[in-house]
Amino acid sequence: MDTAVRELSYAQAIQEAMALAMEADERVFLMGEDIGVYGGAFQVTGDLVERFGTDRVMDTPISELGGAGVAVGAAVTGMRPIFEFQFSDFATLGMEQIVNQAAKMRFMLGGEVSVPLVMRFPAGSGTGAAAQHSQSLEAWLGHVPGLKVIQPATPHDAKGLLLAAIADPDPVMIFEHKLLYKMKGPVPEGHYTVPIGKAEIRREGRDLTIVATSIMVHKALEAAETLSGEGMDIEVIDLRSIRPIDRETVIESVKKTSKLLCVYEAVKTLGIGAEVSAMIAESEAFDYLDAPIVRLGGAEMPIPYNPDLEKATVPQVPDIVSAARDLVKGVR
Amino acid sequence: MAIARKAISPEQTNLPFAYRQYSPDQLRDVLRKMYLIRRFEEGAEDSYMRGLIHGTMHLSIGQEASAMGICMPLHEDDQITSTHRGHGHCIAKGADVKRMFAEFFGKTTGYCKGRGGSMHIADVAKGNLGANGIVAGGIPIAVGAALSSKRMKTGKVVVSFFGDGANNEGAFHEALNMASIWKLPVIFVCENNGYGMSTSTARSTAVKNIADRAAAYSMPGVIVDGNNFSEVAEASHAAAERARAGEGPTLIESKTYRYRGHSKSDRNRYRTKEEIEDWITNRDPILLFETELKEFGIIDDKGIEAVRESVKQEIADGIEFAKQSPAPELSDLDRYVYTEVA
Ligand SMILES: Cc1ncc(C[n+]2csc(CCOP(=O)(O)OP(=O)(O)O)c2C)c(N)n1
Ligand SMILES: [Mg+2]
Repeated sequence: MDTAVRELSYAQAIQEAMALAMEADERVFLMGEDIGVYGGAFQVTGDLVERFGTDRVMDTPISELGGAGVAVGAAVTGMRPIFEFQFSDFATLGMEQIVNQAAKMRFMLGGEVSVPLVMRFPAGSGTGAAAQHSQSLEAWLGHVPGLKVIQPATPHDAKGLLLAAIADPDPVMIFEHKLLYKMKGPVPEGHYTVPIGKAEIRREGRDLTIVATSIMVHKALEAAETLSGEGMDIEVIDLRSIRPIDRETVIESVKKTSKLLCVYEAVKTLGIGAEVSAMIAESEAFDYLDAPIVRLGGAEMPIPYNPDLEKATVPQVPDIVSAARDLVKGVR
Repeated sequence: MAIARKAISPEQTNLPFAYRQYSPDQLRDVLRKMYLIRRFEEGAEDSYMRGLIHGTMHLSIGQEASAMGICMPLHEDDQITSTHRGHGHCIAKGADVKRMFAEFFGKTTGYCKGRGGSMHIADVAKGNLGANGIVAGGIPIAVGAALSSKRMKTGKVVVSFFGDGANNEGAFHEALNMASIWKLPVIFVCENNGYGMSTSTARSTAVKNIADRAAAYSMPGVIVDGNNFSEVAEASHAAAERARAGEGPTLIESKTYRYRGHSKSDRNRYRTKEEIEDWITNRDPILLFETELKEFGIIDDKGIEAVRESVKQEIADGIEFAKQSPAPELSDLDRYVYTEVA
């Protein structure tokens, strides 16, 4: 069946996925703060409440811990909740239910239940919302077996990965960068899924592998484009999923390029860059390395309010360009 | 049995609730189950002392009437979430002590295939969604299960058991509020045994009765003597009817007492021997119930002896089953983390 492809924003793509899932399956419903008539803090649920009613687009009180727990309870008893955190920072309030309950319930009960739960987290900086509304906490959750953690970077993937998450029998945490919500891109009509746990090579190249997540994929692509003007041929991998993580794609790429740069917005240390670096250090790709691995991540500090300071806290295109150029030229 | 001649008719409305509501057979079975809970926990404690069970455990000895009274009015497919002190809830909801012992012994025949142990004991088939290692962790989950019941129109009622200590967790307050605004079929059962570990409710809790908290969430708050089976059952019955009628949640505070220490590491420094002795001697839930049953002619000493004997046998069989059961294979170490997709 040929499906038409239109331009949709990342937010519209997510909304379309939720609508499709709710149409197809009575058990799917949405929970979150101000996702009904308000349409969600980032207008992701938009007018869905008009189509599906308040029972299926359910405003919760401002109760992240309790709300997350209700979603867990509904999931283990036959429903398929999609829980929206208003900001990913508020995962901190729901952590108990996510980490101790959702992630472990199946295991603790010896496989007697599944927890088919989706949680959506608007994440990242760049909106001037300062330290408590701008964090990238995906690695926190990525550290928890029992969860799956994904970071779609394009409207196409936002829809396809969300549909995969809804169909998944286990809890899937989706980190959506707030600056991506308005980004447009081609999105097929109808139902399709993008596999969880598979990275995507966004641009092929031979001189350097950049492994990036979420919004950094776009910045890395921009940097690669700039450097292609200087004759450098850079491969950009969109990791898409941090748990499970696609070792094979990254390892194969580094074997080809012999150089690795990791770019991510979250605080640099103890994060996804460390994991990707270790993955290479532990694999046969290590022998292929021609230069030390380089990580570009967020500064070791909270996100500041002032827009110039805010930008300086996370990797920007010029940072990637210069790090990549140095690596390719063997400066470091 | 000769005692059956004193069978009670429902017209005798001055009798306590349980004697109007349940048949003599059912009441004798309640007694049996209360014994089963106690002997199960004694058996578990003994096995622990012998090194057959590792980790720790939280015994509910002294709280048997509370577990039985709450679960008696429930239907088989009604659901519960339980606590770290959850052996009684599990048995009261219909679990088989064989598989509970097997779980404690870490065996594959256990309810959680040896992955959960005492603190995560569950019996999903009988509606027990699991004990919980996190104080108040199960409360919002019960609300979610009640949401499923309402949306999927299954008619199920969900009970959330928790201790007095849990009433000071945010999860308790958030969960009660949501259950109330959405009028969900859930019963919040606070088993107030006077202490959260060493901290008495007088020191931990701003209100005198935890049931008083119900007012803040616009639901009935009911206080019962948790050592009186009939009183607990009556409150649970009413709350379940209210839930099934779509009228929303109830908070029941079941005042009771645990005889044993909080867990295996407790030196009992925060309470007196006299206090413990007083509850054991004067307010034991099993003794009280037994006495009542005898008074109403539902059982006699011989009958009680027979109950004790059969329970003793069931416990011995359970422990034997656990001992004989296979341990998990190391090759299965990482199973059940994610759902195996065929
Ligand atoms: C969130 C959390 N905090 C602390 C503990 C440690 N802990 C386990 S049980 C318990 C006491 C709980 O008291 P209560 O709720 O009254 O239940 P009881 O043990 O009396 O049955 C504590 C402090 C825990 N398991 N979870
Ligand atoms: Mg207590």
